[in-house]
Amino acid sequence: MLSLYVPGTSPVHRAPAGLKLAVLAGLGVGLFAVSRVEVLAGVLAGVLVLGLGVARLPVGVLWAQVRPVWVLLAVLFGFHLVVTDAATGAVAVLRLLVLVLAAALVTATTRVTALVAVVEWLARPLRLVGVRPARVGLVIAMTLRFIPLVAEQAARIREAQAARGAQRVRLGAVVPLLIAVLRLAHTLSEALDARGADDVPARRASPGRA
Amino acid sequence: MRFARRAAGVAVAASGPRTAIELREVAHAYGERAVLDGVTLSLTEPRIGVIGANGSGKSTFARLLNGLVVPSAGTVLIDGLDTRTQGREVRRRVGFVFQDPDAQIVHPTVAEDVAFGLANQGVPAAERDRRVAEVLVRYGLDGHRDHPAHLLSGGQKQLLAIAGVLVMRPQRVVFDEPTTLLDLANTRRVARVIEELEQDVVVVTHHLDLLAGFDRVLVFADGRVVADGTPAETLGWYVARMG
Amino acid sequence: MRTRDLAYVALFAAIVAVLGLVPPVPVSGLPVPITAQTLGVMLAGSVLGARRGGLALLVFLAVVAVGVPVLSGGRGGLGVFVGPSAGYLYSWPVAAFVIGWLTQLCWRRYTLAWALVANLLGGIVVVYAIGIPFTSLFGDLPLAASATGALAFVPGDLVKAAAASVVAVAVRRAYPVIEAPTRRATAG
Repeated sequence: MLSLYVPGTSPVHRAPAGLKLAVLAGLGVGLFAVSRVEVLAGVLAGVLVLGLGVARLPVGVLWAQVRPVWVLLAVLFGFHLVVTDAATGAVAVLRLLVLVLAAALVTATTRVTALVAVVEWLARPLRLVGVRPARVGLVIAMTLRFIPLVAEQAARIREAQAARGAQRVRLGAVVPLLIAVLRLAHTLSEALDARGADDVPARRASPGRA
Repeated sequence: MRFARRAAGVAVAASGPRTAIELREVAHAYGERAVLDGVTLSLTEPRIGVIGANGSGKSTFARLLNGLVVPSAGTVLIDGLDTRTQGREVRRRVGFVFQDPDAQIVHPTVAEDVAFGLANQGVPAAERDRRVAEVLVRYGLDGHRDHPAHLLSGGQKQLLAIAGVLVMRPQRVVFDEPTTLLDLANTRRVARVIEELEQDVVVVTHHLDLLAGFDRVLVFADGRVVADGTPAETLGWYVARMG
Repeated sequence: MRTRDLAYVALFAAIVAVLGLVPPVPVSGLPVPITAQTLGVMLAGSVLGARRGGLALLVFLAVVAVGVPVLSGGRGGLGVFVGPSAGYLYSWPVAAFVIGWLTQLCWRRYTLAWALVANLLGGIVVVYAIGIPFTSLFGDLPLAASATGALAFVPGDLVKAAAASVVAVAVRRAYPVIEAPTRRATAG
């Protein structure tokens, strides 16, 4: 399955997914209370040691997540150089860099299924408004399932158009594609119901449905 | 042979001996479009085949049998259970295999997908694992346990879909064109799987040779049953009628 | 929510994901290439309506968060939620919801003009109203600076709003997923 996970057995890999996410969330809030360059640089070093040293991730894995924001960080620093000063700029850039790297570290060392389980767990309070956590997991599973299916259907329609001499995909082709995948989604939901997807007793809590 | 036998006053008691599937004056429409029109049937045979042209109503008929579709009018009873009011109980008894293998698989790996229905039934994890392993062996998928389901071949996907239904141990299984999208070898394989099932089956299909050994075959046209009898009686008639 | 609604939600989350795999298309006369992903946001709202459309984008973000690299350019993971442009991501579920809400308002007489209004308001106004302040907040930039930066994307977004509207009107005719308002009383 397509994912950013890099298999491994390091302590970072083995740490519970919930803990890793909690630390990440803590960093997201905590770093904005810190405005000293030395502290931020220290945290950055810590993240790099965990990622490259302990988890033994290839540099490329972390770099791939930094690369898209690299230009933005540079622009941000340049802006601060002009408007405020270098120290403020460095703080702003370091904060974002640490967060992006820490997030990349969590993603690369945690299986998708473990993260989905955390999402399900996080969705538990939603029970109060009638959302069943298992349904949250199901909807994510269905999404992961639909991604290759939609891509395949799109490729099929592109081929059919090319076979009839069309140079590029026309807007008109999107409509049959959407209808085809909507039908597919409907059939899938029937197949899931046939296997008892709506069979969970919690459903009876919702009144007014025969 | 019973051509278009309208059941005038065939009031069978619901508690009759082995009235497996019972349709009473069933009609169904999707919006304006009527797909079934006054179908009354009593099916007690273990192996029922259903044939008919595209749009004749046979797929809707199949969906009636496990309550996926509730009829606009009339009643469908499965072992005396009304699909309108006891849909969940009916779905527990009646498994359903669809035409498109891609549209039946939801979980990323083979074993996870087979376990889906058992999880819904609240089967404990240990027993779930045991039953999944058992059914994977039975359908030759045990080597693919942790493989991504979407990378299986079309035939393997259909076997996976069948495994995902049979692991729930339904009392009867409805197949809606299970071989339409498969090649010859896989069609034969699925046909053999159906043949070896101990459960009662209802098979909707365009592959007439699938139904050779069946007990009873229904022919649908324009939302009605136009012929009903043994394969010997109906299949030849149907082919001749198609010209 | 019925399983069918969940399937539609998952489908549009997947469509937005697949659109992220489409490489940016350069269009002559436009300053920046068009990325397809916000087209998916508009379609989700226009085809599914407010609740399911908004949910589809929430699910999409959850899928990104658990590390599936489906954001345009092959990005994913939790890092994208803290960058200076993350506000645009957060705006998507809101945008889809607003588009869906506007679409449902005019569902009975849903014409190309209505569709355009819904997609322009929800798909452009809402997205920028959330994205621009977020950029200035996260990057310590003045509002005007981040607004100027965002301007380059407006022409592309206009093209997408037009495309999404044409498609939405056609899909409504062939396979309406949103139900007529009169029958919605018992839905949910």
